[in-house]
Amino acid sequence: MAFQPVKFYQTGTFTVGNRLLAPEERSVQADMARINSLNSGHRACQGCGEALGARYAIDAAMRSTGNRLIAANATGCLEVFSTPYPETSWQIPWIHSVFGNAAAVATGIAAALKVKGHAEVRVVAQGGDGGTTDIGFGCLSGMFERNDDVLYICYDNEAYMNTGVQRSSATPPGARTATTMAVGPQPGNCFGQGKDLPRIAMAHGIPYVATATVADLRDLEYKVARAMSFHGARYLHILVPCPVGWGHGSHETIRIARLARETGLFPVFEAEDGEVTGVSKIRKPVPVEEYLRPQKRFAHLFGRPPRIDIIAGLQEIADRNIRRYGLLDSTD
Amino acid sequence: MEKPFAITLDPGSSLANRTGSWRTSRPEYVDRLPPCNHACPAGENIQGWLYHAESGDYEAAWRELVKNNPLPAIMGRVCYHPCEGACNRGRLDESVAINAVERFLGDEAIRRGWRFAHGAPTSGRRVLVVGAGPSGLSAAYHLRTLGHAVEIHEAGPLAGGMMRFGIPQYRLPREVLDAEIARILDLGVKLVLNAKVDDLLETMRAGRFDAAFLAVGAHIAKRAYIPAGDSSRILDAVSVLRSMEGEDQPLLGRRVVVYGGGNTAIDVARTARRLGAEEAILVYRRTRERMPAHDFEVEEALQEGVMMKWLSTIRQADEGRIVVEKMRLDDKGFPQPTGEFETLEADSLVLALGQDVDLSLLQGVPDLEIRDGVVKVDSHLMTGYPGVFAGGDMVPSERTVTVAIGHGKKAARNIDAWLRGTARQLAPRHELASFDKLNTWYYSDAPKTVRPVLDILRRQSTFDEVVGGLDEGNALFEARRCLSCGNCFECDNCYGVCPDNAVIKLGPGKRFRFNYDYCKGCGICAAECPCGAIRMVAEQI
Ligand SMILES: Cc1cc2nc3c(=O)[nH]c(=O)nc-3n(C[C@H](O)[C@H](O)[C@H](O)COP(=O)(O)OP(=O)(O)OC[C@H]3O[C@@H](n4cnc5c(N)ncnc54)[C@H](O)[C@@H]3O)c2cc1C
Ligand SMILES: Cc1ncc(C[n+]2csc(CCOP(=O)(O)OP(=O)(O)O)c2C)c(N)n1
Ligand code: SF4
Ligand SMILES: [Mg+2]
Repeated sequence: MAFQPVKFYQTGTFTVGNRLLAPEERSVQADMARINSLNSGHRACQGCGEALGARYAIDAAMRSTGNRLIAANATGCLEVFSTPYPETSWQIPWIHSVFGNAAAVATGIAAALKVKGHAEVRVVAQGGDGGTTDIGFGCLSGMFERNDDVLYICYDNEAYMNTGVQRSSATPPGARTATTMAVGPQPGNCFGQGKDLPRIAMAHGIPYVATATVADLRDLEYKVARAMSFHGARYLHILVPCPVGWGHGSHETIRIARLARETGLFPVFEAEDGEVTGVSKIRKPVPVEEYLRPQKRFAHLFGRPPRIDIIAGLQEIADRNIRRYGLLDSTD
Repeated sequence: MEKPFAITLDPGSSLANRTGSWRTSRPEYVDRLPPCNHACPAGENIQGWLYHAESGDYEAAWRELVKNNPLPAIMGRVCYHPCEGACNRGRLDESVAINAVERFLGDEAIRRGWRFAHGAPTSGRRVLVVGAGPSGLSAAYHLRTLGHAVEIHEAGPLAGGMMRFGIPQYRLPREVLDAEIARILDLGVKLVLNAKVDDLLETMRAGRFDAAFLAVGAHIAKRAYIPAGDSSRILDAVSVLRSMEGEDQPLLGRRVVVYGGGNTAIDVARTARRLGAEEAILVYRRTRERMPAHDFEVEEALQEGVMMKWLSTIRQADEGRIVVEKMRLDDKGFPQPTGEFETLEADSLVLALGQDVDLSLLQGVPDLEIRDGVVKVDSHLMTGYPGVFAGGDMVPSERTVTVAIGHGKKAARNIDAWLRGTARQLAPRHELASFDKLNTWYYSDAPKTVRPVLDILRRQSTFDEVVGGLDEGNALFEARRCLSCGNCFECDNCYGVCPDNAVIKLGPGKRFRFNYDYCKGCGICAAECPCGAIRMVAEQI
């Protein structure tokens, strides 16, 4: 059961709000009194997908828990742009750890709350893709394996943005980063490496794993609420385009995330106890080229001559996702 | 406060950091002109009334509509809806069925007895309206609402003009016409029937009128020279349709030939079928594509068994038969004779070749300019004689009910300004909300609702209305297909998608405001606004 869009004309649940929906059917973000967990004045770049994704997710978690939430945060843009000493943008109890141990810190908080008898207070850990798939992976896998009562949220912008766009194990093949230059016979990041963390999380058999993007708010909010309905280890992987690192316009953040989903390059699904239980179908199928072209990190694929072989390789990845998750047989 | 080791500052909020100073361009809310509104000859705020219909508030929708057009139930039937041709949704799937929703609102108003609000206090000025067709009625409504005393002088026995004596009942039931006219008269508009104005200036003097609006239409049938035998039966379309409203229905016979390719020709042919003609043949000089009649009308006529002879002219009419000559189009698209002839059996021939204006009432009015049989007016619809305005079919323009209604409104507003000794100030037009300004991703997929159509047997034998209306559920669905082009419909997208919480939601009906203290100018709000109600403007740096 994936999020069921309301086909309520004129925009249904595609938009953030809808005055035609009953109040209880409206999104957290449409609420005039929403928490704004991540407040204004943060230093994220113009159009930052990570800042947006974090507010979407944590506001939703706050609503699900009746505002009884503690967050641990790994080093990365989200941590750096939100808390330059002595200011903070967070309007929730929030703790910074280091780059690699957010999962372990969150586990500790959850254990302490249990000992102190505060079962109603819930814990999230959050970090970038580097902090999650690379340096923090050991702690995270341990948290999964012990089934600690934590929701871990990865804001995936597909590289180490905070330190200047270095490759991570979530960087897509072909993408240019500071450490995978667009030179040589295989420009950009290499194929066949990297980690598919949502599937690795599923392999741990934890209660809930889901992916989402900042382009589909209602789906994202639904998944946070769903995650909060479970106890034990849960994992949410949110695609958050980075205008600076990806080289697209600051106004294009949501459009690019939408294209990632519509091409099939970023499959949006959810899984319980290791089994896929719902997928977001592609609404308007598009070839990967439409997603790649607006991003400077892929500009070398469209030079003279264009690297049709690499584009085809990326299309193959999208097609495999479409097959694997059944993204296309939409009945809409 | 005692601080922990190595801590020297109190914790603070990032609100101290005004990120608005980063901005190089700023978002601004705008209202752009929806293409439907732009295309409406009556100047309706279509997007505006659909907005109310979307939430099921049909009375608010109707009230917004009648600010510009007092005849929605009529328009919802006979308007050729250029709005739908311009509708941006047409580029997505199919245009919004604006005309059908308008009819629903108009019918709902009649059913529920909604009346017009009384307007401005009385001005003490008197305006004469000549002719109770759509243009005159529209002008009377607006003038009365603006506070002037209005008297309509109508030559005929009933009000309505061509809406009553031209457009057949199967397209416009007379109860609907009567109800909407009565509502205008209820405002205190005086209607004098059987009162043909022969001498305009004399009528104005006698009635102490301060200004006049002329809307006498075009009622004199054009003739064509056709050699005809003594006993051939040749009629004109306007008279045939007019007599449909009288006691005696016209005698057309079993086989009727109609000459012409406009909407009037189609209406006569369809009327002939309903009167029992076994054959109704339309003869037209050019091809189907070049017929002035609208394609949907041609289609409806064909369905009802009307036959068409394109590329043909009538050369001779005798008792029981007419001779037609086949034509061919030359390089410039003009029909040229071929010398090939054909004989058609016909009990009567009806000419539907257009109408001229009867301008006799203007004799003795100085400074008028008449060109091509119509009266010249300036951009305020004033004729060369100060205080005398004109509109509808008698001035140079497209001849439709909608244009006539629009003229009535425009003239009323200009007469009002003229009477008050001021010039009418027009607000600058908003920029057009063209398709490229929209982000159509956000709209649900939804095909257009098809209106019910009367069964074909009754369409050939009765004058029952052919096209049905929408029920409430369908009308609501259809209204909600509107994209609200260029005008905020409070979808909360800007409020949600801002990474900096720099959009302030003001509450239902109040829209939003930007918080420029924190807006970094990323432009996501403008890019993700479905309806194009936000624009980015470069900051002066
Ligand atoms: C058969 C037919 C079908 C049509 N169908 C459509 C349609 O479906 N949709 C559409 O948009 N348009 C249609 N039209 C065109 C439309 O009817 C006219 O454009 C419109 O009615 C013009 O309005 P008006 O107010 O200018 O004139 P009219 O409607 O012609 O009204 C003029 C009035 O002035 C009166 N009058 C004339 N001279 C005098 C005088 N000296 N003193 C006092 N009163 C006078 C007349 O009796 C008449 O009542 C159709 C026309 C015809 C003939
Ligand atoms: C142990 C350690 N190594 C390196 C760093 C430097 N460092 C800070 S943030 C960061 C990259 C963060 O990347 P990611 O987790 O993807 O988050 P993003 O900034 O992209 O949101 C690095 C390498 C560090 N803080 N600690
Ligand atoms: S670098 Fe990218 S992820 Fe980091 S703040 Fe800027 S836009 Fe956001
Ligand atoms: Mg990253």
